[in-house]
Amino acid sequence: MTEMTLDPRQLGTGGLFAAAQPDLASHEAAYGKRPSGWSRNALLAELDASGLTGRGGAGFPAWRKLAATSAGRAVVIANGAEGEPVSRKDAALLRQAPHLVLDGLVTVGEAIGASTLFLYATADSLPFVAQALAERRDRPKVKLVEAPEAFISGEASAVVNALETGIALPRDKPLRLGKSGYEGRPTLLHNVETLAHLALVARFGADWFRSAGTADDPGTRLYSLSGDVPTEWVVEAPGGATIREVLRLGGVDASSLAAVLVGGFHGAWVPAEGFDLPLTGRGLARYGATPGAGVLMALARGRCGLEASAGIVRYLAESSARQCGPCMFGLPAMASVVERIAAGERTPWLASEAERLAGLVTGRGACRHPDGSARFVHSTLAVFRDEVQTHLSGMCTAHRGWTH
Amino acid sequence: MNEVFWAFGRASGIVSLGLFTLVVVLGIVSRSGRPLPGLPRFSVALLHRSTSLLALVFLVLHVSTLMLDPHAKLSPPNVIVPFTAGWNPFWVGLGTVAFDLVIALVVTGLLRQRIGQRTFRAIHWAAYAMWPFAFAHALGSGTNAVDLWFQAYAWGCAAVVACLIIWRLSANFIETSRARLGRI
Amino acid sequence: MDALSRAQLELHIDFARCDGRGLCTELLPELLVRDDWGYPVGRGGRDVRVPEPLATAAQDAVDLCPLQALMLRRVTRA
Repeated sequence: MTEMTLDPRQLGTGGLFAAAQPDLASHEAAYGKRPSGWSRNALLAELDASGLTGRGGAGFPAWRKLAATSAGRAVVIANGAEGEPVSRKDAALLRQAPHLVLDGLVTVGEAIGASTLFLYATADSLPFVAQALAERRDRPKVKLVEAPEAFISGEASAVVNALETGIALPRDKPLRLGKSGYEGRPTLLHNVETLAHLALVARFGADWFRSAGTADDPGTRLYSLSGDVPTEWVVEAPGGATIREVLRLGGVDASSLAAVLVGGFHGAWVPAEGFDLPLTGRGLARYGATPGAGVLMALARGRCGLEASAGIVRYLAESSARQCGPCMFGLPAMASVVERIAAGERTPWLASEAERLAGLVTGRGACRHPDGSARFVHSTLAVFRDEVQTHLSGMCTAHRGWTH
Repeated sequence: MNEVFWAFGRASGIVSLGLFTLVVVLGIVSRSGRPLPGLPRFSVALLHRSTSLLALVFLVLHVSTLMLDPHAKLSPPNVIVPFTAGWNPFWVGLGTVAFDLVIALVVTGLLRQRIGQRTFRAIHWAAYAMWPFAFAHALGSGTNAVDLWFQAYAWGCAAVVACLIIWRLSANFIETSRARLGRI
Repeated sequence: MDALSRAQLELHIDFARCDGRGLCTELLPELLVRDDWGYPVGRGGRDVRVPEPLATAAQDAVDLCPLQALMLRRVTRA
């Protein structure tokens, strides 16, 4: 494993990896016992005050998700299915701090009087959770469900579908999960990292949580570093940290990089001139990037961004569940156009065709896979604008001498 | 009077065959997603629907007049349960099978919104079985079967259905199939 | 204004069911066009706002959709 445990004092918080070992004794030694008896309203107020947002991608405020969950036979789902091949932070968390995730799940379940708790994660992570469950004295009834290793298996409706039918494919959902989710019951679905933070907010309070990070992005975040980096670390960094700072925590020299893909394959590229901006939606607004699920994929100087992007767009196209026409046909078409640009085909309209296809698929699926894929293509064409022009004239700055 | 029932029974059966042929044609055109000249796609769908109801009317007339006919002597159970008729049980029975399938198709068609797309679709496939049963019944028990005009009419219907099914199975059947295969 | 009059009529397209047969685009040419593969494209992606004068046509589209992929509903958007 490649996680890095930071000195908690350095972060000013307990941190998510403060326990020396994943077992219960180490967990309680680091954080103390889980406080029980949080009421729905009290937890709602505390989460609101803390400013905790979802760490699964969408970044929705945790309190609002809780507020939108109707009462009565509710279901809480801890989602640990990352899907993205370059995201490993949820797996790291479930392996190193399973009790923190379970604390969060049980706490929020108690608060809303949930009748069923699920933890959904890949086969690699489940044994650690099962082991943690077995040693807990509160014996929470948490159903563990295996997530397939597929890009879209962690999408909210795919998760609910997987729990109901065993098929981890997204579904069209005219109603919100909080109203009608798992078997038509009010359902609260959180990323496992969000639940781990929630467990700490429930223990130490909103003010403590806000002692790390910035007013705009309080608390800490986990980042999966990948791509052109010496080691693929998972690091915990305070909210509002810059890309350069997060990379440094992972031992990466940002000056060696041309760009970083932020948020995941559904995210956006941030070029080197953006490395000193805070890693928040507001800070990276000009690039359309958000921290999302905490993916930072590095692209070294001298590597062709279009080549790297073409591979990702093709991967996204192949990850389509092939349920919705615009996604099933639009994504491969989009991937072909980006590949043609990357290959240096001298066809001037290719860039505008890629833009058109990205616009066409946006918003037209049961899930957000086409939207996220389109966002990535828009970002690629914008950030590597000059490179696109070079390619369309048959050259590539990364491959010197490579001309058509 | 008996002759009237008999004649009417036959005539309504012959008309039914033609109308059901038209229903199958419109159904397949509908499935292709293509409009007809002067007829937009939704009109094709509506025409498919109304022609099937009209065909059902003639089919009910066909069955009920033959229930009144002393020669055919169809009893209510004979109408529902295949191969139980007193006269020409095998060939009449094929018609009974077709009749049962038509009832299932019409009922599920009318309740489409309520029973859900999956059930509707599964049962609607029976249309492809219904037509051959009706056709075999027309040839086998139709007393006009020896007449040349009837032969020409029935085989004409069969040729139309056969052509449409061949088209249905062809690669470019769906209007958008070319675009969807990436040949834009 | 009461809640109902503020509620907006919306046509929801279930793209997991939609097969792009094109009936809805014929019935609602003001709101929907077809994309390269025949699937409906409307402003707003899967939820298309329907002005009141087109309510009947939208209901026809719902009833005639061969895949039952359309749903007409009133929603109040904040």
